Amino acid sequence: MITMKDFKTEKATWCPGCGDFGVLNALQKAAVDLGIHPDDIVVVSGIGCSGKISQHFGSYGFHSLHGRSLPVAQAVKLANKDLTVIAAGGDGDGFGIGMGHFIHAMRRNVDITYVVMDNHIYGLTTGQASPTSDVGFNTKTSPYGTVEAPIHPIQLALAQECGFVAQGFSGNIKQLTQLIEKAIWHKGFSFVNVFSPCVTFNKVNTYDFYKHELVNLDDDDTYDPHDRSAALARVTGRENVVVGLIYEDTTRSSFEDATYGFPEEAIAKRDWALSREELAELAATFR
Amino acid sequence: MKDIGWKVGGKQGEGIDSTGEIYALAMHRLGYFVFTYRHFMSLIKGGHTNYKIRVADDMVRHHGDDTHVLIAFDQATVDHNWGELVDGAIVIYDQSSFQATPPTAANVHLFGVPLTDIARETGGPIMKNMVAIGVTAAINEISPEEFRPIVEDKFSRKGQKVVDSNMEALRRGHAYYQEHFQVHFPVPAKPVLAAGADHLYASGNQATAFGALAGGCRVLAAYPITPATEIMYWVLKYFPKYGGVVLQAEDEISAINMAIGANFAGARAMTSTSGPGFSLMMEALGLAGMSETPVVIVDVQRSGPSTGLPTKTEQSDLNEALYGTHGEIQRIVLTPRTVEECFLFVADAFNLAERYQCPVIVLSDLYLGMSYQSIAGFPLDRVRIDRGKLVADADLVGLSPFQYQRYDPSVPDGISPRALPGQPNGRYTALGNEHNGIGLEVEDLETRVVQVDKRARKLSGFKHESGVSVDGDANARFAFIGFGSTYGVLEEARARLAAEGVIVKHIHFSRVGPFPTEPLHEAMAGVDRALVVELNSTGQLASLIRQHAGYHDKLASCLKYNGDPILCKEIISRSHEVFPAEVLNA
Ligand SMILES: Cc1ncc(C[n+]2csc(CCOP(=O)(O)OP(=O)(O)O)c2C)c(N)n1
Ligand code: SF4
Ligand SMILES: [Mg+2]
Repeated sequence: MITMKDFKTEKATWCPGCGDFGVLNALQKAAVDLGIHPDDIVVVSGIGCSGKISQHFGSYGFHSLHGRSLPVAQAVKLANKDLTVIAAGGDGDGFGIGMGHFIHAMRRNVDITYVVMDNHIYGLTTGQASPTSDVGFNTKTSPYGTVEAPIHPIQLALAQECGFVAQGFSGNIKQLTQLIEKAIWHKGFSFVNVFSPCVTFNKVNTYDFYKHELVNLDDDDTYDPHDRSAALARVTGRENVVVGLIYEDTTRSSFEDATYGFPEEAIAKRDWALSREELAELAATFR
Repeated sequence: MKDIGWKVGGKQGEGIDSTGEIYALAMHRLGYFVFTYRHFMSLIKGGHTNYKIRVADDMVRHHGDDTHVLIAFDQATVDHNWGELVDGAIVIYDQSSFQATPPTAANVHLFGVPLTDIARETGGPIMKNMVAIGVTAAINEISPEEFRPIVEDKFSRKGQKVVDSNMEALRRGHAYYQEHFQVHFPVPAKPVLAAGADHLYASGNQATAFGALAGGCRVLAAYPITPATEIMYWVLKYFPKYGGVVLQAEDEISAINMAIGANFAGARAMTSTSGPGFSLMMEALGLAGMSETPVVIVDVQRSGPSTGLPTKTEQSDLNEALYGTHGEIQRIVLTPRTVEECFLFVADAFNLAERYQCPVIVLSDLYLGMSYQSIAGFPLDRVRIDRGKLVADADLVGLSPFQYQRYDPSVPDGISPRALPGQPNGRYTALGNEHNGIGLEVEDLETRVVQVDKRARKLSGFKHESGVSVDGDANARFAFIGFGSTYGVLEEARARLAAEGVIVKHIHFSRVGPFPTEPLHEAMAGVDRALVVELNSTGQLASLIRQHAGYHDKLASCLKYNGDPILCKEIISRSHEVFPAEVLNA
């Protein structure tokens, strides 16, 4: 039996009250619920306050570069398909410097889960505007308010036909845990954007703000998360306050399933040495 | 060694490449040693392109300075290549489309053949290339039938009719030349191949890809770029069969991070690129160094900086390979000299990367990567797979979580055994932040120094192959020094000077990092003057030698950086300037 104790690590270094504690907690609970041993999980994170999650989660981890968690994570999965691979990071990490990888990871559809701790701010670098900051948001780098339109990660994911799109709130660990479980369960690339308040540098997108504003699609029986255009219509203009399972497409094949010759057995576990005969046979193709 | 130089040129998109390929392969299959060099431009249609094939009765590792036979589909080809024609050379031009004029007076046979008109009669104007090959067969005094196997190889899947009309075009070209002209450049007598030796036709890029597969690589992540893309093509063809996966990454930043991730997870992974892509990889190169993750990076150099000359060769990424990325990391930089070494070094790069848990950079270049040549086989027997220090499951038994010291600084050689994700009790987080023994991010000053020193120990006293080869008379007072792909041309230059009575030894680097200081000192014993030959404008190798080994008063440089590969005669003429006359004449 896997329990929360199996994921015990040193206390996280986030500010007291930071939303990332909730995300960490939900991730660990999801792993426990799914019965996945921490030895069989790799959490790959980028750089940012959120990026520390790979150190705190308690599994194997790779605390990579700012914006590069997704390339590392996809390759970890392809190298050893028996692992459960989670990429995680911040909004700047994923939608700023790492945006290109995000879109292409959705195209590629490797079977990993991507969790973004979206606090609409650059936390680790002490409070600059982020790609998801609202227009007019005052930060150290936007003293007169940001003028750039924010990225809409959910709409972007829907437009890119991402096979699993969900949004959670770190103040609702129960729902977030369920969403992450479903995401891990989903075959192919799954994306969970999480409102994870930065209590130190963002005084707008706060716990209070979310408690009052959030609309929970999981409570809405009339909402069908398998209809992509309905999903797009539903989140457009309010993606900042919608949580729940937004969209899932179970028909898309993962990269692994769709790739010709993709090995049945985990690459990392195979014996790669070619016999003298195999080498000679390959050499003969050069005659 | 006897050889002839043959070249076909025209506008890009006119079938020049396939003409060159057919001729080269035919000569190779006849048992000759060929070396090819494609001159091309970064556009798809138009622009001058040519394909040089050197045909020899012994192994050659250079496309040769001279051209004996030139097939010209336009006047630009005549103008562009006029200077390299030998005395008495034959130029065949396509009389159907232009009347060639000699750019300067020279002893050259300018023969018009209605290549396109003959082609039209046999199946269509695109067949002009086959007519040209027929003409070549006549000049070379070989029967057109000798080309049949290649023609069948190339066209049989399009049907017998296509094979027949191509053979007909070839025969007609042959007959036309026989009828109208009397001058010939026969190919040398067929070489007798050594017993047991293979006779293969490969490019450095193909050898690189084959080496990767042989060395256990099963993940290639790359982004298309000339002149490295062919590595992807070859791997794509064979990986599915051997259980590998190829990722066309969204950019080179992704490509190298993918290669790092796959290696971390326990696979052998590589990325292949050229200058612009290599520049994009710099931050992640540091990540591999800091997180002690093995990774293999192949940089097929081209003319830089920036987009530079995308279709031209250069050896100017030496400094970047040795010093690129901020901060200080351990790395190994290999510079294969030949196609065979592309194979062997890339295969071995995975061993080195795992053994030393650091990035290994293999510096090839456009010239070595894209030139096809005949070789006497690959060194298959020298391929090994050595995974370096991996933690045994047994050593992890009984450990509580995060007791395993992935970055244990107490190991004497600095190389702390790796656990692989999925291994029970081996959990740790690999990271680019400075860290302590168990992989926790720390900022304390003492740990920092301990870990920097730990990593530095990994390559101190590095012992592997010597990294420096010496050819020629050990007592010579002159030396050539080069690295990587210039090996072949330097060997020819050495032989040419020897024929003039000038004894030169040839010192060549097949590894530049860790720098083989001792082997270089040994090689330099007795040398008064050394000419450092390299394809860049600042003399990067010469600077590196001065930095590590001195010889400030002994080194002179021979530099080329116009994008063309260096010629033997350019090295000879620089030698005459640099090696003092009294010794030259002694
Ligand atoms: C290439 C690079 N550029 C800049 C930085 C500095 N940097 C570190 S974290 C960060 C932004 C963090 O914001 P976010 O990704 O939203 O994470 P958060 O701290 O908010 O969780 C920046 C700019 C870096 N580490 N690397
Ligand atoms: S600065 Fe913000 S994001 Fe960073 S740990 Fe503190 S509360 Fe969390
Ligand atoms: Mg943030």
